[in-house]
Amino acid sequence: MIEHIVMRDQDVPNIADFGVYMRHGGYEALRRAFTAMTPAEVVALVKDAGLRGRGGAGFPTGVKWGFLPQGVFPRYLLCNCDESEPGTFNNHQIIDRNPHQLIEGVAISAYAIECHTAYIYARGEFATAARTLEHAVQQAYAAGFLGKNILGTGYDLDIHVHRGAGAYICGEETALMESLEGKIGQPRLKPPFPAVAGLYGKPTIINNVETLANVPRILEKGVEWYRSFGTEKSPGTKVFSLSGHVNRPGNYEIPFGLPLHDLIYSPEYGGGMKNDRPVKIVIPGGASAPWLTGEQLDVTLDYEALAKAGTMLGSGAVIVLNDTVSAPHLAYKMDEFFKHESCGKCTPCREGTYFLTKVLHRMTEEALARPEDIGTLKDVYTQMAGNCFCLLGESAVMPIKSALRLFPHEFDELIARGKPKTGLISIDLQPMKRDMSPV
Amino acid sequence: MTVTTHPPKRATTAASGDNRYKILEATMRRQQHQPDALIEVLHKTQELFGFLSPDLLTYIARSLHLPLSRVYGVATFYHFFSLAPPGEHTCTVCLGTACYVKGAAALLAEAEQIAGVKAGNTTPDHQLTIATARCLGACGIAPAVVFDGNVVGRLTRDEIVARVCALLEKLPEIRVKLE
Repeated sequence: MIEHIVMRDQDVPNIADFGVYMRHGGYEALRRAFTAMTPAEVVALVKDAGLRGRGGAGFPTGVKWGFLPQGVFPRYLLCNCDESEPGTFNNHQIIDRNPHQLIEGVAISAYAIECHTAYIYARGEFATAARTLEHAVQQAYAAGFLGKNILGTGYDLDIHVHRGAGAYICGEETALMESLEGKIGQPRLKPPFPAVAGLYGKPTIINNVETLANVPRILEKGVEWYRSFGTEKSPGTKVFSLSGHVNRPGNYEIPFGLPLHDLIYSPEYGGGMKNDRPVKIVIPGGASAPWLTGEQLDVTLDYEALAKAGTMLGSGAVIVLNDTVSAPHLAYKMDEFFKHESCGKCTPCREGTYFLTKVLHRMTEEALARPEDIGTLKDVYTQMAGNCFCLLGESAVMPIKSALRLFPHEFDELIARGKPKTGLISIDLQPMKRDMSPV
Repeated sequence: MTVTTHPPKRATTAASGDNRYKILEATMRRQQHQPDALIEVLHKTQELFGFLSPDLLTYIARSLHLPLSRVYGVATFYHFFSLAPPGEHTCTVCLGTACYVKGAAALLAEAEQIAGVKAGNTTPDHQLTIATARCLGACGIAPAVVFDGNVVGRLTRDEIVARVCALLEKLPEIRVKLE
């Protein structure tokens, strides 16, 4: 049985309740940090533990905190809970199960970077989670862990829970800050980086929910204990959101370095494939990650190994698909998502996602694939890659690029089938094109 | 609710006797009428009124000292905000990757067929709005559909037919003739 860090005490009933959390060592780490440690010591501890950002990039958290310019105040801490990556659902569960752990993590991190205002940006759809958090924040205020002069140390901290309003792009750090300022969530130009000029033009640190939820345990149990999990370069554990054609989809917290095969087939986790069908595609890090095939299940789940396999760990959303899934259709559906969520700020993304979706729609849903379509797709994504304002456009390239690289024959099949023989397309291939006359 | 066609002045709206305006005014006062509270104010407005009508947007713009274009821009940028009144009930089908590979498109087609309207529209009798979502973050229970704010997972075609029919108070046999 593996010990849990992020999903700690998950078998304790009502751990979301303040009293129960307190009885299980809750806010002990906060008390220790505030009363016995200096902010610099907390930063050093997190740096030594090797905690890496769980939001996607995997950047060392302690190093990120060190980027703040000396002596510039006020500064802000933002907790990114705009979990919108398709296939990701771990942040939601962390908050639902144990909101106080996150609040404790936010408070300790705020203390470490010496800021007095922290925001938790919850996705607009997370109405329940936002209410849970607000309630937990109030309880923490009432117990004196937040507010003015916490535990008599003279340190003040306010935490605000802010609700987004449904925009994938707001998970991008600068777009998130724009949204917090009450504007349209369009990303800002970097540099200046948020650590220098972020929210309201002040130094700002943005961390993911899962990253901050790790912090209390690191303080409680120490660097060595934390480093005993995972690999040398990716210490600790990660909550993987497993979904798709597996027998037991769900959130599983596992140490870094577990082979992908084990996550899918171990009875403790995925429990194998539904109806024992073979694995065709694995998307290991949410919709933005390049795909793996069924032959690559030996890859271990850590930042380095996945990067070596040509993909990324991303948000830890592992989507496993069996051989019934058509790669072009899947690429079409995923690009449609990016087209819908493109914020419209830069041309390569706004127009590129539109063109990719349009061509793929014609190839798949309309069954009118033409030989020159492949060239058009490649042309469009080559012009997008590296030219978009933020990572959304770069991510939108991944599904179609992976599909063309791994399953070119499926596109050829579409083209072979797509030639209209009698000038008519068979009806079963276009189920969405029916006339929807009202009642 | 009676809404005037011409945007009334701030004082007139608040004094209209409609209690919801008072709650809205209190929300804005708590935020000290700061422009950066716009999204929170829009949330509250939609919660109170169900949708954001043009005169509500004008009212908010005046109160927060923002140009109407900015308020309109934010209200249309975020998918959560609606500028049209929703139906009595809503049925939101998730079309995220995990739901899609488990047959969400077929579920949506069923719901559209029974309601007789395409996704994004409301039935003419204002009973039901059919909507789609990009990813609910409920991939573990895919395919997921939200009925009136309640997420229902692992939905089958028969179940969505039964639920949509129940919301429309309609018998499953009565389908809109298509094709």
